[in-house]
Amino acid sequence: MADEVPKVEEMAAINHTPPKTGWMDTPAVIRPGMYCYSAKAKPLNILSMPYGRDWDPIEEDWHLPENWMEIVLEGLHERLHKFRSLQLFMDVCVRCGACADKCHFFIGSGDPKNMPVLRAELLRSVYRKEYTLAGKLLGKMVGARKLTETVLKEWWTYFFQCTECRRCSVFCPYGIDTAEITIIGRELLNLLGLNIDWIATPVSNCYRTGNHLGIQPHAFKDMIDFFVDEVEDVTGVRCNPSFNRKGAEILFITPSGDVFADPGTYTAMGYLILFHYLESMGLDITWSTYASEGGNFGFFTSHEMMKRLNAKMYMEAKRLGVKYIIGGECGHMWRVIHQYMDTMNGPADHLEVPKSPITGTVFQNAASTKMIHITEFTADLLRHNKLKFDKTRNDNYNLTFHDSCNPSRGMGLLEEPRYIIKEMCNHFYEMPEGTIREQTFCCGSGSGLNAGEDLELRFRGGMPRANAVKHVHEKHGVNTVACVCAIDRAALPPLMDYWVPGVQVAGVHELVGNALILDGEKERTEDLRFEPLAGMEDE
Amino acid sequence: MNVWISLIASLIVIGGLVVGAAGVAGLAQYSHTPELLVLLGVVVPLLAFIAFIVGVILQVVKWGRRPVPFPIATVAGQGKSLPWIKASYFDAPYTKAGVVGRMALEVLTFRSLFRNTKMELHDGPKLAYGWQMWLWVFALAFHYAFLTVFIRHFRFFTEDGSVVFQGVMFLEHLDGFLQLGLPHVLISGFVLLGAATMLLLRRLTNAQVRYVSLIQDYFPLLLIISIAASGILMRHVIKVDIVAVKALIMSMLNFDFVGIGEKALAIGWMFYLHIFLVSVLLAYFPMSKLMHMGGIFLSPTRNLLCNSREFRHVNPWNYPVKVHTYEHYEDEFRERMIEAGLPVEKTLEETQEAAAPEEKE
Repeated sequence: MADEVPKVEEMAAINHTPPKTGWMDTPAVIRPGMYCYSAKAKPLNILSMPYGRDWDPIEEDWHLPENWMEIVLEGLHERLHKFRSLQLFMDVCVRCGACADKCHFFIGSGDPKNMPVLRAELLRSVYRKEYTLAGKLLGKMVGARKLTETVLKEWWTYFFQCTECRRCSVFCPYGIDTAEITIIGRELLNLLGLNIDWIATPVSNCYRTGNHLGIQPHAFKDMIDFFVDEVEDVTGVRCNPSFNRKGAEILFITPSGDVFADPGTYTAMGYLILFHYLESMGLDITWSTYASEGGNFGFFTSHEMMKRLNAKMYMEAKRLGVKYIIGGECGHMWRVIHQYMDTMNGPADHLEVPKSPITGTVFQNAASTKMIHITEFTADLLRHNKLKFDKTRNDNYNLTFHDSCNPSRGMGLLEEPRYIIKEMCNHFYEMPEGTIREQTFCCGSGSGLNAGEDLELRFRGGMPRANAVKHVHEKHGVNTVACVCAIDRAALPPLMDYWVPGVQVAGVHELVGNALILDGEKERTEDLRFEPLAGMEDE
Repeated sequence: MNVWISLIASLIVIGGLVVGAAGVAGLAQYSHTPELLVLLGVVVPLLAFIAFIVGVILQVVKWGRRPVPFPIATVAGQGKSLPWIKASYFDAPYTKAGVVGRMALEVLTFRSLFRNTKMELHDGPKLAYGWQMWLWVFALAFHYAFLTVFIRHFRFFTEDGSVVFQGVMFLEHLDGFLQLGLPHVLISGFVLLGAATMLLLRRLTNAQVRYVSLIQDYFPLLLIISIAASGILMRHVIKVDIVAVKALIMSMLNFDFVGIGEKALAIGWMFYLHIFLVSVLLAYFPMSKLMHMGGIFLSPTRNLLCNSREFRHVNPWNYPVKVHTYEHYEDEFRERMIEAGLPVEKTLEETQEAAAPEEKE
């Protein structure tokens, strides 16, 4: 674990004025609390990724391979030719600064290298040196510099202080997307084995066991069975989920975070309750222990790794012979599914266009990918009045909704979760304009930075989000942040405890699970957290 | 590198260009050397124009040849999903027309810049974000003024009385609606000068922007300021023979070089300074950030549809990767799966055979 996290007052004393020294002359500082531990040899070897070794970012010597510079420059060259985005973003930035104060890491740290423009400039400076005449001739005068070990370390520092949230790209006049720069930057670092442990280990787990946490099949089933017991305790009704069942109509894939830790687990219970409710209405759905992870930390590693991990979904859908896939509440999982999956792992010709077995709605928007978001599925059910529910069971929750970066800026899923929340709850308040929907602020822990050792970084990056929550917490008494992302459910509770004590975090389907009226249920006195329902405190 | 050095270096370069060009033109005028003036007023601009055209084409072709492997549009509104949820037509475009609209809004109205906010940190801590329109205002004023000035100049490149010429003169008439003095003050030149100056001041006063600014940022601004200033001076203060200018340009366009030296001598030195600076801008343009003019149209986060689950986007360099198949997975965990009552493809007896080979998908 990191050393003590600074106190709120210290953390909030942020100086946004850049230092006196130019950015090339200001060395990057890697300090405890602000960086993630390095990837170890084992996971990289499992994945047959290069240069797996034990190294420590804090130390001077990173044990780089002899020809590391050649490897990186070749890698850059290759990617400049493979990605129009990279080539264009290297060439057209005018440094207007529109992106500068849009980044949650810059807002929370004041470090100028967290301005998206400068983060890109870290890479662009090397590009200039290698590819432009002026850069070759005039060097530093025109913002060009050689790739050195210092530069490489700076890349590592700042490409792991970006959550690929794309907020800057909304404001950029040319749509320059720092996520793209960071993704490719990390890809280059991975050529030298310079990943972080909190990404590499989940990736190798996911590769082998199907999920980030390395939950083996029997254990995965045990965990879900445990939720079945919990749900029974709360509702008196026993759900009957199936695993790896061939011939099911739908395969359900959710981030393993929902299966692993609170408060995601309550969301998982919500799924179970919803599926059980719909069973009698014709829902035929199965979980998979092999494709037991919707999330994709390959996305934080390289395009190739993204593809390698994501392949499981279609392979499993094919093996089980399902018609289509429903995906659970997860942020970056949905960026990958929406913008990469079909291209990488498709075409999914063995599947059919998703059609709700209950309402008959055809999800034309997923006609090719054949994979729909569970909030799309549930919103459609609600719209057709297919669900009986009692929204007063969520009366203890004064809610706001946090748009996760990827569902909002990576797929445009803004209304569906809100529609469900408003149907299921009486007390809902939006956070201020400019902090929600397509301008939403990241939780500060996305893209694999949700480790235990970089708490200061996470709390700094999460400050803008927390601050907007604080606003509605003070104004409307908001005590719960709803979200559709597993990383959020893991990252936001400590963030809230730090900046806005007294606010908890819930998945949207947890609220659904609370409110649904099941056939044969007992009198409900508690919610899925075993907290008394509103008005039931004395029961 | 100290941030001010970039500005000072740019100033020195611009100063050198201005003094050099004005000096050469003045000297040529004084010593009756029309060859130098033809060099400055005809040869250099022609070469610069060729450099501009070739450079822009090369740059756009370079970008165009790079594939767009993934549909990475920045979705800035509700995506198209269920029929009763209103999708954002321009911010999450799902039709070609929507994309065209999004691009048009971006190119013509600088929509993303219009969204700009400014973050303020107050005690508490309390973060506040206010709408910040200045960058948008300056940028829009700058670009539209530049466009107007650019079009206005076609009066020098079109035959008197032609349709285009008349259109250009009408624009000039609108531009000079204030009817101040003679020749009429044309607003666009002053707006261009003012907006470029404001953009420069913003760059110098905003600590964050100043921190990231390079010579490449100051140089074009100072160059354009010099061009606008020399143009205004030429029109109102240090006058040149505008009829002679037109005559020179028309003979250049018609490749009629008889007596061109005389025409060149009749104009006045300020014109040569102006056109030389414009030539520098033209030649510099393709290898600079100014290429955002062409680049914006190719930006994958703006010009792609947001319907990537409905229609498959193909990656030309998609290649097979090593995956961990279900067979491998079951081979590793079969016993435990059977114990846990999970279905398996092969029973323990069946697995006496060799393990499944690695597969590629």
